[in-house]
Amino acid sequence: MTAQTPLLRVENIVKHLGGHRILDDVSLNVPKGRLKVLIGPSGAGKSTFLQCVNFLLPPDEGKIFLEGREINGASKKELLGLRQHVGMIFQDFNLFDHLTALENVRIALIKVKRMQKREATERAMDELQRVGLVDKAGLYPAQLSGGQKQRVSVARALAMDPKLLLLDEPTSALDPELIGEVLAVIRELAKAGMTMIMATHQISFSASLADEFVFMEQGRIVERGAPSELLGKGRASRTQAFCAKLNELTGENAE
Amino acid sequence: MNEFFDFIMARVVPALNTGLWVSVQIIVPAALLGVAIGVTAGTLRVYGAKPLAKAMNFYVSLFRGTPLVVQLYFWYFALPYISIGGFNIVLSPMMASIVAFALCSGAYQSEYIRGGLLSIKKGQLTAAQALGFTPVRSVVSIVLPQAFRRALPGCGNEIIYLIKYSSLASIITVNELTGVGRGIAKATWKNTEVFMVVGVYYLILVTVASFILKQLENRLCIPGFDSNRSS
Repeated sequence: MTAQTPLLRVENIVKHLGGHRILDDVSLNVPKGRLKVLIGPSGAGKSTFLQCVNFLLPPDEGKIFLEGREINGASKKELLGLRQHVGMIFQDFNLFDHLTALENVRIALIKVKRMQKREATERAMDELQRVGLVDKAGLYPAQLSGGQKQRVSVARALAMDPKLLLLDEPTSALDPELIGEVLAVIRELAKAGMTMIMATHQISFSASLADEFVFMEQGRIVERGAPSELLGKGRASRTQAFCAKLNELTGENAE
Repeated sequence: MNEFFDFIMARVVPALNTGLWVSVQIIVPAALLGVAIGVTAGTLRVYGAKPLAKAMNFYVSLFRGTPLVVQLYFWYFALPYISIGGFNIVLSPMMASIVAFALCSGAYQSEYIRGGLLSIKKGQLTAAQALGFTPVRSVVSIVLPQAFRRALPGCGNEIIYLIKYSSLASIITVNELTGVGRGIAKATWKNTEVFMVVGVYYLILVTVASFILKQLENRLCIPGFDSNRSS
């Protein structure tokens, strides 16, 4: 770990939902330009954790610091500001169904950032260019494939110039043949130095990009470390056991 | 046969044409106000703060739960006797009709809008908030435009109803289509002939309204919200 202040510091987050302790004392530091990958079984609290980071679900306990400043969850203004700096990608895309791809990317620029329409359109087209969808700008979500929808949602998040991107299983709802195009976009982002936290089951893909694997189970971080460290041969890690099980199911080869 | 035709053309049609114009002057503002009230009330019922949502629920149950005739009587006959801060509001028959129809229609419209709102996946609201939208703005910019498209067939249906229950305005002395028709029928004893023609007038009104609504639906139609899809 470097001496610099991490872009995001999460300290001892606790979250209860429906009487269950979904997050139990979770802490995480994310230095600028790094990719942290959350893995673990469903119900481990990965999604809840990501939603706590931008206060879509306000944590019950614990503190969150963005660039060293503590986020005051009680201030609405501060929360809206925070969310402009933290982009989010969802498992089922959550595109706005009544807007074209271009309008999806543009709307927050106009309504939230108060940009002029022309400027916002230019910016939105740049982002669509980045995810390779300029030719689909005029199409509605219903006319796009799953992979294209997810790329639009990435463009929508990027247009806001986020300092941090949260990805909640971005490929889990996709047909296998569409996963590659989304992963390619994520790879480019990682290479370009975007700071990200990604919950995913794409172990072998993320192993090549992640700085750290964070293995969660029952609301706790049970293991963490460099991918090579956790997945290395001859290690009896929880992560490895989980990945072996995943590979068995998907038929993916560990090597 | 010829005599019947002459009677219709000479007496019924000219009178009904003036009545038609009166009807239109009630129906159009009442329908537009009804949609506006329905959108507001429906949205508050789903997304409003508790007290507001409750107040709107009460409004809907009151106006859906009482006969429209009673409501008309209230606005026209009873309201002038109710002193509000020292003032007594007296509505003209036309105004009382528009108020009554708009409020009644709004109660039904809010139900269609509510259904539309509930059909929109919650994730889009989450996504809007993740982008920094305020809750109000995300409802107005993201959810409502979609909910309205989903609710449109139902809202149109309510407008068609409104066209026909606007005939009740005649009981508070408005000389709209039905009122005029009743006048001629009484004077000439030709109930069947007159009311047949009145029926045709309503049929034409409804046909025109359906056509306009269909145009609106086509205009607002976007992929994924296709109301004519056959699947």
